[in-house]
Amino acid sequence: MSSNREQFRPDGHDNDHFLLTTVVGSYPKPKWLDRANDLYEDPEADFGDEELDEAEDDAARLITEEHERAGLDVVVDGEMRRNEMVEFFADRIEGYEFNGPVKVWGHNYFDKPSVVSDVAYDESWLVDEYEFTASVADSPVKVPITGPYTLASWSFNEAYDGDDELAYDLADLVNEEIEKLVDAGARYIQIDEPALATTPDDHAIVGECLERIAAGIPDDVRIGLHVCYGDYSRIYPEILEFPVDEFDLELANGDYEQLDVFTDPDFSKDLALGVVDAHVAEVESVEEIEANIRKGLEVVPPERLTVSPDCGVKLLPREVAYEKMANLVEAARNVEADLDDGAIDVPAAPADD
Amino acid sequence: MNRIATTPGLFPLPDDAKETLSDLKGHQKHDLVSGDEGPEIEAAYDEVREELVGLQRDAGLDRVVEGQGRWDDMLAHPLTVHENVETGGIVRYYDNNNFYRDPIVEGELTFSGDLAADLEAASELTGDLQAVVPGPYSLSELATDEYYGDDEQFLAAVADFLAGEVEAFPDIETVFVLEPSLVTNPPEEGEDERASGAIGTVADAADADVVAHTYWGALEEKVHAHLLDADVDAIGYDFVTNHEDNLYNVTEYGTKDSVALGVVDGQNTLVESPETIRDRVDWFRDSVPDAIEFDDAYVTANTGLFYLPVNRFEQKLQALADATREVKA
Repeated sequence: MSSNREQFRPDGHDNDHFLLTTVVGSYPKPKWLDRANDLYEDPEADFGDEELDEAEDDAARLITEEHERAGLDVVVDGEMRRNEMVEFFADRIEGYEFNGPVKVWGHNYFDKPSVVSDVAYDESWLVDEYEFTASVADSPVKVPITGPYTLASWSFNEAYDGDDELAYDLADLVNEEIEKLVDAGARYIQIDEPALATTPDDHAIVGECLERIAAGIPDDVRIGLHVCYGDYSRIYPEILEFPVDEFDLELANGDYEQLDVFTDPDFSKDLALGVVDAHVAEVESVEEIEANIRKGLEVVPPERLTVSPDCGVKLLPREVAYEKMANLVEAARNVEADLDDGAIDVPAAPADD
Repeated sequence: MNRIATTPGLFPLPDDAKETLSDLKGHQKHDLVSGDEGPEIEAAYDEVREELVGLQRDAGLDRVVEGQGRWDDMLAHPLTVHENVETGGIVRYYDNNNFYRDPIVEGELTFSGDLAADLEAASELTGDLQAVVPGPYSLSELATDEYYGDDEQFLAAVADFLAGEVEAFPDIETVFVLEPSLVTNPPEEGEDERASGAIGTVADAADADVVAHTYWGALEEKVHAHLLDADVDAIGYDFVTNHEDNLYNVTEYGTKDSVALGVVDGQNTLVESPETIRDRVDWFRDSVPDAIEFDDAYVTANTGLFYLPVNRFEQKLQALADATREVKA
């Protein structure tokens, strides 16, 4: 198990076993925050920076507390201040420009930015967001950051010879941001690299990016990597070489068909297992989630298992998102109790642990 | 070598139409184009077509496409609107961060007339009309067959279907038959010959010059050799993503009497200047032995242009038109 995991066990945790419960990041925005954003965009409305900041603070507080109410051990603010996972960062990095929306599918678009000159660190990206969330949360806070490979792949590259060169420069900026977050007190960082699923052959580029990201970051800072929607056999076992503590994987959506990929060779990192589907609006029962969690125990022992949804849940109705989290926590606590009672057979941990 | 400025179509919707149409239709999978839209949505698409054709006319392109504003599912469109095709889940479109509805063919691919109707409307707006159709190989690769039973029969059925659609086209100058799958998912031994035969079937139905356009790399040598046997007027090559292998294919094996040169990047906002475009075309001409002569060279973007934001898309149209106009002058 990664040595930095135990710091997230809550005081007075009821069970001897501890399955770390958390989320991937995004959460449905309250409708009124969408309205507030519309007002902010409307030049006719008397609604400026100050008003939007207040609305975002309110939403961040609300959703952080919603995560705590669900009982999660590590919480986030549901990314209330972020519009989109590339746009938000591109907006804060020198070298990017926006030219307008492009199609993803049907009538779904995103403001795909262009890199028009060397990227450089300008204003801080997430320190304010982290400090606010930490100030309103009683639980430890995780910070999700879009990874450099995804930031590079999901942009137009006008300035660099290759997307790999761009990704490496962006990785240095991510490293700089994480150093600032660590100074501010952050101890749990999650790098999101959904683009790796599209181009799995580029795992070496992602590996090199992570080397740059992790450089100089203290060992007590937990670094996770989130990857979703892909053929994991094309990146496993190579990803075990990445300098991260934990892999956060979407597996519930595919009904754990790919679980076997991670059993040979042995999974040597911590596993953050998706146990509820982020794209199905039906709430999984506690029993169902318990069964999913036990699947994770086929890959790693309990002291290396984190339990989370498959992916960000922002596309779900809010009450569905909440119920999924609440059930996830209840299921994790039940499995912990079963483990305490010896009611679940767990393979012995490998000798080197 | 007569230089003809054109594009492979698949344009981005104008920004106001993006909003209007998504308000009228919705954002979800079942809200996408089905082929039997109501009058309000049809009117919105008529406006889109007028605007897209107008842009090309104003820029001075030699061939004008309909713009394919209705193609929510990109190259899979002719099937996703077909009455005997069900649309399945949202699946990835090639190696892109784009998605389309999986067309599941559940019955005979009968005549639809969807493409011809759009072209009919566009032909009222321009006399330089160029049709754009997915190639039979690519379209069959993008679809799921639950009716014809085996790949060979399915490919032949898709080719016959497309040929029927093409036959119904109004008077046009050129047809671009887009075959990216020939590059990205090359047909195997035997299948390569059938793929070229299928393209020939579609080409034979056209009363216009036919360009079999490939992109996202270069064709394998054998696939290229078979494509040379297809009864088309020109083959299109993507010099943006792989100029070396494409040049090799042409110099080593020759090509048709005419050629399409994908020299403008349809997937990057960096706008090529008219000089850059001209230099690339000149480079091609200079790199190919003089003995190989060309009637027409279609100077084009490598891919469809919906990947781009509208401002850069418009600038690329203008650059393409300017690049050929100045040479002619």
